[in-house]
Amino acid sequence: MADPMRIRAQAQGDKTTVRVLMAHEMESGQRKDSAGKVIPGWYITEVTAQHNGKTVLSAQWGGAVSKNPYLQFSFKGGKAGDKITVTWVDNRGESRSDEAVIA
Amino acid sequence: MKWLAYGAACAVSLAGASALAQKSAADAIADYRASLQDGNPADLNAARGAALWNKARGPKNASLQGCDLGKGPGVVAGAAASLPRYFADADAVMDVESRLVHCMVTLQGFKREELTAKPYSSDGQKATEIEDLVAFLYDESRGMPIAVPTGHPKEQQAYQRGKQIFFFRAGPYDFSCASCHSADGQRIRLQDLPNLTKTAPAQAAFAAWPAYRVSQGAVRTMQWRLYDCFRQQRMPELKYLSPASVDLIAFLGVNANGGKMAAPSIKR
Repeated sequence: MADPMRIRAQAQGDKTTVRVLMAHEMESGQRKDSAGKVIPGWYITEVTAQHNGKTVLSAQWGGAVSKNPYLQFSFKGGKAGDKITVTWVDNRGESRSDEAVIA
Repeated sequence: MKWLAYGAACAVSLAGASALAQKSAADAIADYRASLQDGNPADLNAARGAALWNKARGPKNASLQGCDLGKGPGVVAGAAASLPRYFADADAVMDVESRLVHCMVTLQGFKREELTAKPYSSDGQKATEIEDLVAFLYDESRGMPIAVPTGHPKEQQAYQRGKQIFFFRAGPYDFSCASCHSADGQRIRLQDLPNLTKTAPAQAAFAAWPAYRVSQGAVRTMQWRLYDCFRQQRMPELKYLSPASVDLIAFLGVNANGGKMAAPSIKR
């Protein structure tokens, strides 16, 4: 089971800014170990963010994103108390979904 | 409001982009740290550490919630800012890491040798349990004033010994901690070295450890920082939780008293 994400969301006027810190190895699949063998890729492929159940961000990622990715985005609408859900799926099929409340 | 202040800092640094040529290496490193502080992966370590702290584990199947870090059993907030200090139950001065290991041994029944065999993670490896727990403990002292006590005679002795070690020249380079850290404006390559005998730089240095090292992809603890300084001086290995390491941390902590904790921070 993957470690939880850290999500902070803040509304200002009609704009909500969301900052997400994800715990993931993000092994690129390009590196070799000390024996010269390629280390298999292990990275997040899909990220979805929902505001009260409605998708506000959908992204496709690859092995070029850093370890423990930090994602910041903003969307229109959203007010204090609303629910934000962020979900990722990686290339092994593992996934993780976490929720936060807009402050 | 924290991210608003961060946004404002970004705007300022953009406005100053035309003056980039005059910017010193230290400013550039400070900018780099500021841009990463908001997504500090050490936050993930602290979250894992909190879970480890509250979970019943070890041969005695106990959590660490009863651990006394100097502010009474179970009080974690602000404890890291006032360590090292004297603990009567162990009759010794202990820093955050030695107290943590002490609690894991006495409360949870872990073996001390097993805990201290590999306290630091290797490059690219998952953080050790100790690193996660230490990140959690310091995170709980964020913003608290540094208040390392000197009231007990053993605390004073630790400070005095730490001071002696700090100025003790030895090894093939005839180095001491003071060779690099007792004058203003010293640096190793691009990295400015704080003058740890002065209050303000000592406060900034003490407040910023443990830290997430971007170049190593790992949280590094205060014990690791001293261990690595010894390695760089080509001194004999500074043993994990040794009295010498605690004495040095006590010396640095007392010099830093009055500063504000900001750990885990982020470093290159």
